[in-house]
Amino acid sequence: MSGPGDHQVADSIEPADVQTLTMARALNAGLRRAMESDPTVLVMGEDVGALGGVFRVTDGLAKDFGDERVIDTPLAESGIVGAAIGLAMRGYRPVCEIQFDGFIYPAFDQLVSQLAKMHYRTAGAVRVPVVVRVPYGGGIGAVEHHSESPEAYFAHTAGLRVVTCATPQDAHWMIQQAIASDDPVMFFEPKRRYWDKGSVDLRAASAPLDRARVVRSGERLTIAAYGPMVRTALDAATVAEHEGISIEVVDLRSLSPLDVPTLVASVERTRRLVVVHEAQTFLGMGAEIAARITEACFYQLEAPVLRVGGFHTPYPASRVEEDYLPDVDRVLEAADRVLAY
Amino acid sequence: MSDLASPRGPAGPRSVPPGGEAIDFVQLLTPDGARKRPAEYPLDVDADTLRGFYRDLVLLRRFDTEATALQRHGELGLWAPLLGQEAAQIGAGRALAPQDFAFPTFREHGLTWCRGVDPAQVLALFRGASLGGWDPAVHNLHLYSIVIGTQVLHAAGYAMGIQRDGHVGTGDPARDTAVLACFGDGATSQGDVNEAFVFASVFNLPVVFFCQNNQFAISEPNQRQSRIPLYRRASGFGFPGVRVDGNDVLAVYAVTRDALDRARRGEGPTFIEAYTYRMGAHTTSDDPSRYRPTGELEHWQQLDPIDRLVEYLLLTQTGDERYFAEIAAEADALGVRVREACRSIPNPLPESMFDHVHVEPHAQVDADRAWFRAYQSSFETAGGAA
Ligand SMILES: Cc1ncc(C[n+]2csc(CCOP(=O)(O)OP(=O)(O)O)c2C)c(N)n1
Repeated sequence: MSGPGDHQVADSIEPADVQTLTMARALNAGLRRAMESDPTVLVMGEDVGALGGVFRVTDGLAKDFGDERVIDTPLAESGIVGAAIGLAMRGYRPVCEIQFDGFIYPAFDQLVSQLAKMHYRTAGAVRVPVVVRVPYGGGIGAVEHHSESPEAYFAHTAGLRVVTCATPQDAHWMIQQAIASDDPVMFFEPKRRYWDKGSVDLRAASAPLDRARVVRSGERLTIAAYGPMVRTALDAATVAEHEGISIEVVDLRSLSPLDVPTLVASVERTRRLVVVHEAQTFLGMGAEIAARITEACFYQLEAPVLRVGGFHTPYPASRVEEDYLPDVDRVLEAADRVLAY
Repeated sequence: MSDLASPRGPAGPRSVPPGGEAIDFVQLLTPDGARKRPAEYPLDVDADTLRGFYRDLVLLRRFDTEATALQRHGELGLWAPLLGQEAAQIGAGRALAPQDFAFPTFREHGLTWCRGVDPAQVLALFRGASLGGWDPAVHNLHLYSIVIGTQVLHAAGYAMGIQRDGHVGTGDPARDTAVLACFGDGATSQGDVNEAFVFASVFNLPVVFFCQNNQFAISEPNQRQSRIPLYRRASGFGFPGVRVDGNDVLAVYAVTRDALDRARRGEGPTFIEAYTYRMGAHTTSDDPSRYRPTGELEHWQQLDPIDRLVEYLLLTQTGDERYFAEIAAEADALGVRVREACRSIPNPLPESMFDHVHVEPHAQVDADRAWFRAYQSSFETAGGAA
């Protein structure tokens, strides 16, 4: 690819260049634009056609692009990803939907042993520009296997790009950038934020696909978050501000690769870092970030890098998920600790 | 071949022709309540058994209706209604011997009913108060499985264990044991399910694959999973397949009993396709108006599993209006009991999320639990001081 994020759709947009959309609608509009501008883009998955996906992210696409391009697949995740690889080898750009995070594992072999390695083992001869969309994370009161955060498995796998959006604006653009990428991209969508509204600038992306973004500047410490936790981090920063503590929030956006320079630049100023994610802290993204920042900013850091995340348990029954999930209080508790050094 | 979907048009023709006549399946009770007596499935049931089936169907439907209502009132996070599939589940559930072991999907409320699981335990899962709720060994029934198809392989493995225990083909009816593996039409596309067929076939396992073809996997009609009738897949794997009218409790009972007997005798697996219809939504989060062809629901309502049994009970004078009123009153009482039971399901203690991650102590879990406990009590201290 020409470089993640270079892809921009410059068509004239009406009625307005800036619209207020939910994240689900912003994704839908992004998929639509990608399909309009490139006839090789396909959407495939369970119930993505007539139903428009269980979260309605593909709503209306089957009607407008037909069932040759919007494919209701058999109920088989390994089949979805494996077939997408074959389609990609034949010149298509499939966008797969995995219905919920917890249903991605039947496709694990196709993702980590096939999709991730195809370009490498063919010595660059075969590109597999497959996007795998995964609604992920908890907080919606769901039954088992519908609230998980499996991103670290994939970030751990060389050959896959892993990204996650936190706002409608990023959802809209990052899905288009992911589709334009010639690499396979795991695209994690924070399902509890699907209905959050935000303004979407239909003219330009906020940043390239592999960049983090400072979404709130502050002085005393940096919080690095991604996906569903960006809003939580911002809420925590707002509360802290009332207590006179200025917090900077970095939205990582890309988990593989990690935009270490953006984080380093932030921590060099604030000298403290807390990483927040829903996934378990044990061997989660925070562990990698802590190691990298400790190495890069050893002499600037005033405190160890702290992590706020899920406990080392399976995702519990939803009646206790509020105690499991990091929230504003848990983030502020870590902020207090990191400031106490 | 007439039962092949058209080679192109992805949706293909619906498998349910108006009237349903073209579907050939084992049927013992027609939608009008007339009794048929196919030679391969002789069934003599006494009046009490017949009335028992009726009672099961009516109470189960009431339980299901109550649960749907409880979800609407915010008492459950979600519910997967079985409306329309009562006969398939009761027929199969009542065919089990006490020692048989069953592996359900997440819609198997008829099976939990037959296996004596307290409805409140089923509701606890959908309320988000537990991840399961019962000990499988107590009911010879595994927990509901939400990841589609996974339980079918577990059933194959469990059957391998039965085989190794020598609990197959001894001729002792209290000892010989079979496994019932339940799944839907959508699940037949999963690798796990097909792998289970292979295991069952090559090891000649005492397992019965019980597929409720309710015509849909969420929005996708079953033509998206198979070009041939599902039961015919079995022959490719090397064991018999049979299609049964899934809205006919007598037929499902007879066919499942026969297949379980075969399994217990050591004659290997059988695939049963119970041909039925999901009359409700996929779950309470679903909107079937987006994909259900017009007229289809009305067609299937004519084939209702309870109506035909009422006809038959009346015809044979095994049930009368007084009996039906008695059962209706029992259903009302069950409804009250279910509502109360649901509302009084306790919320789990937050700290319980650390229980049972491992059998033996695990330092990471213990550390997280200790941190959580301290964190919780920091609020209590703060609250107490205020
Ligand atoms: C592996 C997996 N993929 C996707 C899902 C989401 N899902 C839940 S039920 C369902 C359809 C199941 O259809 P079927 O097997 O026919 O059973 P039914 O729901 O009709 O009873 C899907 C796709 C899941 N639970 N597990």
